[in-house]
Amino acid sequence: MINENSEVILSVRDLTAEVDGTPILKGLTLELKAGEVHAIMGPNGSGKSTFSKVLAGHPGYTVTGGEVIFRGENLLEMEPAARSRSGVFLAFQYPIEIPGVSNMDFLRVAYNAHRKHQGLEELDAFDFDDLVRQKSEIVKMDPSFLTRSVNEGFSGGEKKRNEILQMAMLEPKLGILDETDSGLDIDALKIVANGVNQLTTAENTMLVITHYQRLLDYIIPDYVHVMEGGRIITTGSKELALELEARGYDWVLEGEAPQVVAR
Amino acid sequence: MSIQVSSNPETIAPNPASSAMLDGYLFSLVSRLPALNLTTLDVDIAALVQGLREHALLRLQELQTPTTRDEEWRFTDLSSLVQVEFQAADRTPPIDRTQLDPFLFPEAAQSRLVFVNGVYSPELSNTEALPEGVMVTNLLSASGQSQGYHHLGKQPGGDEVFAVLNTAGLADAALVLISANQTIAPPIHLLFVTVSGTTSALNQPRCLVVAGTGSSATLIEEYVGIGQGADFINAVTEIWVEPNARVHHSRVQRESTSAFHIGRTAVSQGRDSHYTCNAVSLGARLSRHNLEVMQTGEQTETILNGLTLIGGEQVADTHSAIVYTKPHGRSRQLHKCIVDDRAHGVFNGKVFVSKAAQLTDAGQINRNLLLSPKARIDTKPQLEIIADNVKCSHGATVSQLDEEEVFYLQSRGLDQATSQKLLIYGFAIEVINQIPVPSLQNTLSQVIKERAF
Repeated sequence: MINENSEVILSVRDLTAEVDGTPILKGLTLELKAGEVHAIMGPNGSGKSTFSKVLAGHPGYTVTGGEVIFRGENLLEMEPAARSRSGVFLAFQYPIEIPGVSNMDFLRVAYNAHRKHQGLEELDAFDFDDLVRQKSEIVKMDPSFLTRSVNEGFSGGEKKRNEILQMAMLEPKLGILDETDSGLDIDALKIVANGVNQLTTAENTMLVITHYQRLLDYIIPDYVHVMEGGRIITTGSKELALELEARGYDWVLEGEAPQVVAR
Repeated sequence: MSIQVSSNPETIAPNPASSAMLDGYLFSLVSRLPALNLTTLDVDIAALVQGLREHALLRLQELQTPTTRDEEWRFTDLSSLVQVEFQAADRTPPIDRTQLDPFLFPEAAQSRLVFVNGVYSPELSNTEALPEGVMVTNLLSASGQSQGYHHLGKQPGGDEVFAVLNTAGLADAALVLISANQTIAPPIHLLFVTVSGTTSALNQPRCLVVAGTGSSATLIEEYVGIGQGADFINAVTEIWVEPNARVHHSRVQRESTSAFHIGRTAVSQGRDSHYTCNAVSLGARLSRHNLEVMQTGEQTETILNGLTLIGGEQVADTHSAIVYTKPHGRSRQLHKCIVDDRAHGVFNGKVFVSKAAQLTDAGQINRNLLLSPKARIDTKPQLEIIADNVKCSHGATVSQLDEEEVFYLQSRGLDQATSQKLLIYGFAIEVINQIPVPSLQNTLSQVIKERAF
């Protein structure tokens, strides 16, 4: 929901970044306000996933220029853990399996790290258990998944639901969904999208990175950005996504698309 | 060359006059052990002990302390061991009962034997929960009612140098003798405590387990240290799993990190039997575990899980061997090593499949996690297969903590150190979770969680 007066959560200006000496982001500018849902679409190799990893602080990517201000702070100076505790959440395209560590323990350690950062007491086991069970319903996750090792042996859909459960627990100000819809069947997609919609509030913002318009039938974006060559080349409303689905990306790349909407 | 053995049947000790003729080091170790008074023992047991010791003393003179030139000891250098002048352990060390509390667990409160510096402690031991038909006691106080103790010293491989050293100094043993078709519900806890004194001591624990036909038992064999002394624990455990019996064995070594620990587990399995060993090595500056399983009957099953977790300057070596002699044998082996700092882990996993052992199904996996640039692991699968219709697989991996895994945890708010610890814990816990005693599982989980990396 667009509200011109709401707080700016994330402000990215002329961001450039490289991986192993190869430039990937080449001057990316974007602003996200509280209450807004933004979608980034774009062809393979355009830098969408790199952008999400740079925001989360992945050590494999080197920022070479520009700035990222998250709620008034220089995000680029923060360690990945500090970014998380300050309210950045990245739902991974390929969630990592962690054998031997139960989902419940993982959630508890992460949740309490956030509590501590906020100057709050750690939640005791009983209250935590209740909270997790309540949040599990957001993504219709069977409680038996809580005692299993993190993502180990989970199907693609279960892993993505687990990501959304983590997001539900950590209540970020900025939720970044990196191709959360890829590889999901329609039922799993609806569950995941419905979970994200329940977690979208007037106080946070969601950045949805996707290849497919299909997801945007369920998560309705306020803005759709098209990324190419490490930059955002055009921005439109949700209708832009439909047009991209119907016509592909070539017409955008050839400059037929509407000019970037002034913000 | 011959060895002089005291002609007095009441005490046996090597004659110091002849010691110069022998391997100075090994013999000097035995010569410092106290003489054993056999007069108070059951006649049958006295004869058994005397026979074993005399034979071992004879054998000892033909043996040398291994060096890295010996194939079996290529990666583990004992030169730091032979520099130490070990004395006999203090038989009555001044310790408080409460110092042992962390090593006791409620599941075995009435089914445990405790040995302190090699001496059986009737005060700390308790076998009240064990049923008739199982004899859990120490050799010296055993009587002739069960003949099972005649299995002592009979396992194959007993002439390996450190096994011989143990037998040459045989002074007592933990005995677990289970009658046919007995199912023992409580875990049997055999706890060997080394209490460091002012001098470095040689402590030689010994266990004999005989699980009769169709019986079933859970065994926890544990080695712990109190105090930081350069003590040498040289342990031998012999386990007989008779036909159709099941033994679930966990062996936990958490000596002090200044100790030397050399241990042998020798197992013989009869047909249709099941044997599981979870071997956990956490302590000792230098440790070696020789784990040898002989399948002597058809359709036997062997499960070996191992975890080595070391740091600092520790060296931990596991040499395992599974010998198949009959058809339809099966084994699954998982050995994990976590090596930090400048520590050095060794895994050598042998599988011998003889001509007769057709349709053997053997699987071995060795996974190693190196946590520092100076950490080292030597891993060597060794399969010798003569039978032509078998399924034998093996795999070994050596890796560091995965950067993507660490980042995943960090991205959820865990700082780097916490993320790494959690991943190491996850790697280790797979083996700990196999130990069928919840409170020991918890204790070991806690030990791993609290360990600094």
